Amino acid sequence: MSELKTVEANITVDCRGETCPVPLVETRKALRRAAPGDVIKVLGTHPASKKEIPMAVEALGLKLLSVEGTDTDWTIYIQR
Amino acid sequence: MADKVTIIAHSGDMDKIYSALIVANGALAMGMEATIFFTFWGLQRLKKGALDKGPLSKMNFLGLGKWMVQRRMQKAKVASLEKMLQDFKELGGKVMACDMTMEIMGIKPEDLRQDLIDEYCAVGSYIQEARNSSVTLFI
Repeated sequence: MSELKTVEANITVDCRGETCPVPLVETRKALRRAAPGDVIKVLGTHPASKKEIPMAVEALGLKLLSVEGTDTDWTIYIQR
Repeated sequence: MADKVTIIAHSGDMDKIYSALIVANGALAMGMEATIFFTFWGLQRLKKGALDKGPLSKMNFLGLGKWMVQRRMQKAKVASLEKMLQDFKELGGKVMACDMTMEIMGIKPEDLRQDLIDEYCAVGSYIQEARNSSVTLFI
């Protein structure tokens, strides 16, 4: 998955410092704005969201490109 | 059974309105539909300027407990109820207002934030939503 780091994000969502349910909600809002094929980069520090955003991506039938970083400082790439 | 959450917001307590909106927004964020039916004390929170005016459900201590909890929430960067309600609407959430409560409590449509309300209705409309929901909660 490391080669994906070079993927250019179309939309970046910075949720660092935010808590439940903001990272999840802001990710969803960005995914709604995105066009099919767009890459969304989400930055965050809320540990539960690191697990839950991938769950939402799966539920929405979208593509999880990568999850990087620690539980308290992570980056998630999603493709719509 | 549709992938949908329907919540009755009966309580107007600040913490319970938080619970309703957090669950509803989580559902919307994860691809479900969500409806909140505001009734009784919950409907009071849809009056203009009243969204965050409810007491704490426990340890309110005439507002002192609420003040302390709000300070801790600010420190933890918990989003405001107003942001959560705006997000709820932006993600396609549906707001229903109980018209019997309006009659009992003498609330006129113009007392409420009409721009947010999708429907003024009664129990039949709630049931129509709930019968098609995989999750329904009474808060």
